[in-house]
Amino acid sequence: MTQQQLPSVSAPRAAAAQGSAETPLVLLVGNPNTGKTTLFNRLTGQNARIGNYPGITVERRSGDLTLDADGAQRTVCVVDVPGAYSLSARSAEEQIALSAVLGWAENPRPDLCIVVVDAGQLARNLYLVTQLLELDVQVLLALNMIDEVRDNPPNVSELSRFLGVPCVATDARHGTGLSELKRAIGAALALPPRTALRIAYPSALESDLERVAAALPSEWSESKARSRALALWALTSIEVDDELQGIDPALRARCLSVRAQADARDIDQEVIAARYALIDAELPKLYPRLEAHPKKRKTSERVDRVLLHPVFGFAIFIGLMLLMFQSLFSWSDPAIRLIEFCTSACANFVEAHVPESIVRDLVTRGVIGGVGNVVVFLPQILLLFFCIGILEDSGYMARVAFLMDRIMKALGLHGRAFVPMLSGFACAVPAILATRTMERQRDRLLTMLVVPLMTCSARLPVYTLIIGALFPPSRLFGWLPVQGLLMIAMYLFSTFITLIAAGVLGRTAVKGRRIPLILELPPYRLPSLTGTLSMMWRRAAMFLKEAGSGILVFTILLWALLSFPRPAQLDQPSAPAIAIHQQGTLDPAQQAHAPAPQPSPIEQSYGGRLGKAIEPVLRPLGFDWKIGVGLIGAFAAREVFVSTLGLVYGIGDADENTTPLRDKIRQEQAADGSPAYSPLMGLSLMVFFALSCQCVSTLMVVHRETRSIRWPLFMFGYMTTLAYVASLLVYQGGRLLGF
Amino acid sequence: MNLAQTRIGQIVTVAHVAGEGSFRRRLMELGLVPGTRVEVIGVAPLGDPLELLVRGSSLSIRRAEAEGVSVSLGEAASAERVPGTAGRAEGNSALAARGLARSAP
Repeated sequence: MTQQQLPSVSAPRAAAAQGSAETPLVLLVGNPNTGKTTLFNRLTGQNARIGNYPGITVERRSGDLTLDADGAQRTVCVVDVPGAYSLSARSAEEQIALSAVLGWAENPRPDLCIVVVDAGQLARNLYLVTQLLELDVQVLLALNMIDEVRDNPPNVSELSRFLGVPCVATDARHGTGLSELKRAIGAALALPPRTALRIAYPSALESDLERVAAALPSEWSESKARSRALALWALTSIEVDDELQGIDPALRARCLSVRAQADARDIDQEVIAARYALIDAELPKLYPRLEAHPKKRKTSERVDRVLLHPVFGFAIFIGLMLLMFQSLFSWSDPAIRLIEFCTSACANFVEAHVPESIVRDLVTRGVIGGVGNVVVFLPQILLLFFCIGILEDSGYMARVAFLMDRIMKALGLHGRAFVPMLSGFACAVPAILATRTMERQRDRLLTMLVVPLMTCSARLPVYTLIIGALFPPSRLFGWLPVQGLLMIAMYLFSTFITLIAAGVLGRTAVKGRRIPLILELPPYRLPSLTGTLSMMWRRAAMFLKEAGSGILVFTILLWALLSFPRPAQLDQPSAPAIAIHQQGTLDPAQQAHAPAPQPSPIEQSYGGRLGKAIEPVLRPLGFDWKIGVGLIGAFAAREVFVSTLGLVYGIGDADENTTPLRDKIRQEQAADGSPAYSPLMGLSLMVFFALSCQCVSTLMVVHRETRSIRWPLFMFGYMTTLAYVASLLVYQGGRLLGF
Repeated sequence: MNLAQTRIGQIVTVAHVAGEGSFRRRLMELGLVPGTRVEVIGVAPLGDPLELLVRGSSLSIRRAEAEGVSVSLGEAASAERVPGTAGRAEGNSALAARGLARSAP
């Protein structure tokens, strides 16, 4: 998040020219919560393309719209620009709106900006409109959510006269006004260049603007109006410590010196108050009656009296969050089992029809297992984004942030981080994808870095095996089951560490300035199912496309690591099945297999040798090389630890409840004949699993979401260090205490 | 008095907005400029943040930042009364009467 000086921020002219000649480019800009995305979906249908804005991880969605102009078909490209309350910016992600509107920084130059406004909140929405009008870009206004202001509808023709741009009333949710909007798009594309709005600012500010305009780079001052508007933008955006990209150093210096010389004058207020004064003067003419407290808001406030109530509000909140968590944790299970069943059925089919060979093993264990390892995330991703879609659309997500902000603030996180954090208890992968609901890069990154510390469902089989094997099913004080208590303790431990890690990382690794919270509680609205479904589909497709291949490759590599070199003679499967959750659905004959002759094939593999090589490092934690091999296997997914350990002991297809594996662990002896695995070592191992980043999929998703190698490496480094130190303290401390 | 001291349901008028540069600017851009009518709609159950009604829209900020917004009780008759915005409002409303002021590019 450092300031970057890009060589040039100006648009490639070629791209701009091509844009107008071939398919015209139309942008959708507007405040958040104005139904911009719904309108985008209505206009482009199912053909949205998803990419990223140049140089930043902000989603750029575009799609084609076909216009019927006088019988002739004409295609225009529509781009959904991230919602913004203003064009002024202090960070690179806020800068996107301006760059997109002006066609800067590798963005193609648009031919038309449709500014989507909420008809019920014109006063605030018109602020962004005045900024767009001051720029000499072509503007068309979509007066959206017109259905919500039927009792006091704004006068569309008066608004159009006031702004000097065409205005169309729409209701994107129900599809009203779309054909008028399409006609207006066609007409607006043919309009001659518009003259820019010139607001009369105080004379002192006017001379400031001239001084700033003189320092603008030549690409910024194409016309008088544009250089004036950009001087305004620069003066209200550039600061000593902003995070803007591609700002000319001379311009930066000029803006800072103009601000410094303003003395008692308040430049920000002069600019903003003048724009609002213009809007305020006109508002009485736009509405039949001017309401300080619109009806739509009053209805919402009545609902909030219950949903934000100190007692009922929290009860409903906890209920809803439990429901969401339950759906992620349990309801996804049948789908996950089905995927596993299909994966192993495919593997069995290949095994039954292809003669034993290394290629067969690669296909069944590596490729099919690896594909299963990717697809297995889909049920939870789809369910989580279904919940998020409903929460966002209804307006409740903002209330979650409102309710939880006090708590999240203490951790240095945003109220919106709550839902991703909660999802982390089910699985870190969908939780990391869910951080996209946060606007600021810093908040997203911090949440991503701590979410994998939450106890995800993949850790449960590991805990179950260790607790079942090493801790007796005794009761504390005669009634408290020790095994259950341990499980709960692991959950509390991981939550506690996550919160501390968020506090520490937020002050060290992920600094970035903390921006005070500004939250809008939009009116409650009925969620749209089609919008939610299309978002679920987009997220899932993006996960498969972006993270899927990486996860697959790593899974195959791990398979190879634990399978080569192959022993000369083989009488049983030599490699760990990598597919998630070994449920014993493979050949039952394997279950009956007697323990393999020593040493097991996996022990001779590179992975096995690696396990032995790292044994000296693991010794202080109480682990031997067999656990080491299990830890290596667990990178494919944490629960693979169980089946890998099973293979070390020559037990095919072990799961966490397999009795022979538990017995083996219990009976394992150290050189001196004492039990090799004590309850203390079990605790140390569980602590290690709680804190370490034993998950390739998580690392791949963080890599894709941050577009960097640095952050996944950092995550792996800090989590492994944390895990090692904590396990060391547990094991050595426990020994000192005589356990 | 400041916005954090305002009771729920009270209607006040913004006198001055203080705060860190870009945050203060964003608050004003969301409509919280001197002379604006603000109503405190509610407070989150844990005491923070506050929910405000500004220009017919909802806006939530934390107590710490609300302390920087000084307000006076009651509603100003119109924005023109507030020093600093007076001349401008008149100048621009005169322009607005002829449609928006235009400048040749």
